Amino acid sequence: MNFENSKMHALRLIAVLAALAILPLAARAQDDSGVTLIKNATVITITHGRIEHGSVLIRDGKIADVGTDIQAPAGAKVIDASGMYLMPGIVDCHTHIAVDGDVNEGSVSVSSMVNIKDVLNPYDINIYHELAGGVVIGNVLHGSANPIGGQTIVIKLKYGAPPDDLPFPGALPGIKFALGENVKHSNFGGPIPRYPETRMGVEETIRDAFTRAKQYQKDWADYNQRKAAGEQNLIPPRRDLQLEPLVEVLEGKRYIHCHSYVSDEILMLMRVAHDMGFKVRTFQHVLEGYKVADEMVAAGAYGSTFSDWWAYKMEAYEAIPYNAALMTRRGVIVSVNSDDPEEARHLNQEAAKSMHYGDLTENEALRLVTLNPAIQLGIDNHVGSIEVGKDADLVIYNHDPLSVYAVVQKTIIDGRVYFDRAQDIAERAELAKERQELLDKEINEGKPAPRADDNENGATKSAKKPKKSHQATPETPQLDNAEIGGAR
Amino acid sequence: MNSRFVNHNAPKFALSAALLLFALAFAFPLGAQTSSSGVYAIKNAKIYTLAGPPIENGTLIIQDGKIAAAGANVTIPDGAQVIDASGLEVYPGMFDAVTQMGLEEVSAVKATMDTVETGEFNPDVTAATAFNADSAHVDVTRAAGITEVLTVPGSLGGGFGGGGGSVIGGNASAVNLGGWNINDMVIERHAAMELTWPSISSGSFDLTTFTFRRLPFDEAKKQYQKKIDSLSDLLEKARHYAQAMQSGAADFPQDLKLAALVPVVQGKEPVLVIANSDRDIRNAVEFCEQQKLHMILGGGDEAWKTIDLLKKDNVPVIIGPVLSMAQSEDEPYDADYAMAGQLYAAGIKIAFGSFNTSFSRRLPQYAGVSVGYGLPREEALKAVTVNAAQMLGIDDLGTLEPGNVANVVVTDGDLLELRTHVKYLFIKGQLTSLDNKQLDLYNRFRNRPKLQSQP
Repeated sequence: MNFENSKMHALRLIAVLAALAILPLAARAQDDSGVTLIKNATVITITHGRIEHGSVLIRDGKIADVGTDIQAPAGAKVIDASGMYLMPGIVDCHTHIAVDGDVNEGSVSVSSMVNIKDVLNPYDINIYHELAGGVVIGNVLHGSANPIGGQTIVIKLKYGAPPDDLPFPGALPGIKFALGENVKHSNFGGPIPRYPETRMGVEETIRDAFTRAKQYQKDWADYNQRKAAGEQNLIPPRRDLQLEPLVEVLEGKRYIHCHSYVSDEILMLMRVAHDMGFKVRTFQHVLEGYKVADEMVAAGAYGSTFSDWWAYKMEAYEAIPYNAALMTRRGVIVSVNSDDPEEARHLNQEAAKSMHYGDLTENEALRLVTLNPAIQLGIDNHVGSIEVGKDADLVIYNHDPLSVYAVVQKTIIDGRVYFDRAQDIAERAELAKERQELLDKEINEGKPAPRADDNENGATKSAKKPKKSHQATPETPQLDNAEIGGAR
Repeated sequence: MNSRFVNHNAPKFALSAALLLFALAFAFPLGAQTSSSGVYAIKNAKIYTLAGPPIENGTLIIQDGKIAAAGANVTIPDGAQVIDASGLEVYPGMFDAVTQMGLEEVSAVKATMDTVETGEFNPDVTAATAFNADSAHVDVTRAAGITEVLTVPGSLGGGFGGGGGSVIGGNASAVNLGGWNINDMVIERHAAMELTWPSISSGSFDLTTFTFRRLPFDEAKKQYQKKIDSLSDLLEKARHYAQAMQSGAADFPQDLKLAALVPVVQGKEPVLVIANSDRDIRNAVEFCEQQKLHMILGGGDEAWKTIDLLKKDNVPVIIGPVLSMAQSEDEPYDADYAMAGQLYAAGIKIAFGSFNTSFSRRLPQYAGVSVGYGLPREEALKAVTVNAAQMLGIDDLGTLEPGNVANVVVTDGDLLELRTHVKYLFIKGQLTSLDNKQLDLYNRFRNRPKLQSQP
C-alpha cells in the first residue's frame, strides 16, 4: 500500500465516519440482521391474549416463533425481558413527522398533484422521539388546508435510513381530504379569500373534482379501447396530474383519509362517495363520529380519532373522550392517532383512556393503537399483532403499557433495535461533551464571543425550534404550516 | 347550558337539558344523596391523607364543609350519611395550579375568550371577575377529580393573538370547581400576580402579514431591556405608592395599577413568573431577588438547567404540561418527563399545572408520567394537591387533615392511573355531581336506536 492509497483510504474512512456521525448512536451500534430471542416477557399478542413468561423469536426481521418454551438457537442474541411487557409496535394513523418542510400546499382547493413521498426526511428528530414512545409506523399525511389535499404514504420509522427505505412495502398509498373549519379558513386566513368558505362549498369542490375525474377516466378508457381495437393516429388524452390520483381512488387503488369533525360533514362525504362511486377508508379526528357511527358502519368507513381533545375550535365543542369507545361498540374499526409528534410518544396512554371513558377492555384499548390502525391502513397481514410470520415490529415496556407509569425500554423494527433507553441514557454524557466542544470551537474560531452581559445561552443556543406541546398547538394561532393550513 | 354562547341548535339543547335532569336524578348512588345534616362518613376506604402514611380500612368524616376526622378507629356521628367505600381510595381533590378555566371556552372563538387584556401591564385586573361559573369545562374537569384551580389571566408565555405583548396579566384567582356562581366558588381572588417574563426574541410572527420577522440580537436585547426597565419603574412607583398609603397622606393621586401592585412589592402576594428557557428563568430569578418579590416559577421547561439557582433562592416551580417536547432537539428526549423528579430530588417544591383549559383533566397524567421517569409517587400526589395550595399561602386545603376544607375525591383505584374512575367528589364538604356535557352526550348517543337502513 503506497502513501497515496492509504491517504485515500483514510479520507474515505473519515467520510464514512462523518456520515455515521449524524445517526444516533443507538442506530449505528446495532447489527441485527440475524436471530434474536426476547424471553421472560409478558407478551401481549393482541390477537391471542397475553402470554406470561413468554418468548418471541425473531429471524430475518420476522417473528419466527411465539410461546413459553423457546430455546435460543446457537448464536442468537438474547434479550432478557423479565418483568417487562412486550407488545406490537404502535401504529400511528395520522402523523406529519418525517416531512421535509411544509405539509400543506394551501394555494389551491384541490392539491391532489402533490405527494408527501417526495419530501420524506429520515433525519427528522421527531422520528427518534416517537421511537422512544414505541411508535414503529406512521401514516404520513398532507395537511388539512384543502378539501382535497396531497398524496400520503405509510412509513416505518427507520430513523436515519435512506428515504426510499422508509415507505412500508406494498402499503396502498392514500390521499388526504379535509372538511370543516380548516378548509373554509374559519379561524385564520390570509388577506385573500379562497373558495370554499362554507361547508356547502366544500361539498361542491369535492363533487366537481370527481366529476372531472370520472370524465378523465372515461376519456382514457375510450382512448385505450379504440387503440386496442387497432385505430391508428389516435391522440391520447392530455395527462392530468391532479385527476390521476382521484381516478386511483375511484378504482380502489388509493385510500381516502379524511380530516373531519362534525357529524353533518361526515354524512356529506359519505353521500358524495355513494353518488360518485368511491369509498372513504378512514375519517380522521372524526370527533363527532359517535353521532353517526351506524352510518359509518353502513358505508364501511373507519374512524381514527383523538383521545380527549376538545373545545379548541367550535367544531370540537361536542367532542367527547368516549368517542373511540362508543364508535367501537357500534361496530366501527377505531384507532387513536396523534397528529402531533409529542402526542405520539404516549399513544399507549391515550388508548388507555378509552377504558376510563367508555369501558373498553384492556385488549380493545390496545387494539386502538396496534391492530386497528394496521387494518385501517391495509397492512394488518404484516403488523399490528405478535404472530408468527409478521414483521418483528415490537416495543418493550417496563410496566403494563396501559399504565401511566410504563416507560418504553426498547423499540424494534424488522428485528432491529432502533431505540434503547439504557443506551440513550449511557450516551448522554458523551453527547453533551461533544456539544460543548462544538460550541467552544465555534466561539473560539472567529465567531463573536458572547458579550459579557449575556449569560451563556444568549449567544450560543442554536437550532431552537418553536416548542410543540398541546398547549402551543391546538390553542394558539398556529405557526408551522401544518397547523396554519390546519393539520388538525 | 352556557347562556353566554350562541344557542346554535336550540332543539338539541332542549333535549339535552331534559336528559340532564334525568341524569341528575340518578347521579348519586343510593345511600349517598346530599346529606341534609352536611355530615358524611366514608368508611372502609384506603385513605391518602397526604399528611402521613395511607390509612388502610379507614374512615373519613366530613362535617360543616371541613374534614372532621380521618383514621382507622373513628366514631361515625349520629345522622351522618354513610358511604361504604370498600375497595375504594380517598384522596384530597386535585389542584390544577395553572389553567385559564372560566376565562376560556373555545379558544378559536374570540367571543368566548377573556384571558388576556390589551397592553403590557394590567396588575389591576382579576381572573375571578371574568370567571364563567357555567363553563362546560368546569363540570368536565371536576369529573376527572380536579376540585380546585388557579385560573390565570395573561398570555401565559404565549406571545400570539390578543394581548401578545402582555407582561403583567393580572391577578390569578384560586377557585373551587363547584358552586352556583363565582361568589360561591372563589377561594382567593388575588392568589398570585401573573407575570410573563419578556423573552429576548429575535424572531417573531406577524399575524397581519403571516410572515416571520427576524430581528438582530442586539435589537431584540434592546426591546427586552426596555420592557424590564418599564417593569422596574412600575414596581418602584408601587413602592412609593405604598409609602404614601402608609404615611397616611390624605391627598395623593389614586392609581389602580399601583394600588394593585402594593401587596406584590410588599411580598404579600406571590408573583407567578412564566418563564421557560434557561436564560429567561435565570434573568427572572435574579430580577425577583433584586426586587424582593415572592416568586413562583411557572412553566419552567428548562428549570432542570437552573436547579442551583432555584434552590439558592428557594423558588418553587409550577411545572408546565409534562407531555411536551424538550426546548431544543439535541436535549434528552425525556427532559420534560424527567424534570419533576430532578427538581424534587434537589429539594425544590413542585406543583403541576396544565397551563391549559381543555387539558386541565390531564393533570394526573402529567404527574403519573413524571413518576415513570423518577418522581416518587407520594410526592407526585402532593404536587397535584397540597403543594400548590402551600405555594399560594392557602393553608387549609390539599390534605385530609382535620380542619381542612373538605375537597375530597373517592376513586376506584390509583388517583394517577388512566383507567381510574372518580366515584364521589366533595367540594367544601358538599357531595357534588359528576355529570357534565360530555357524559350527557355519551349517554344520549349510546342510547340512540340502531340504524335500520341507510337513508
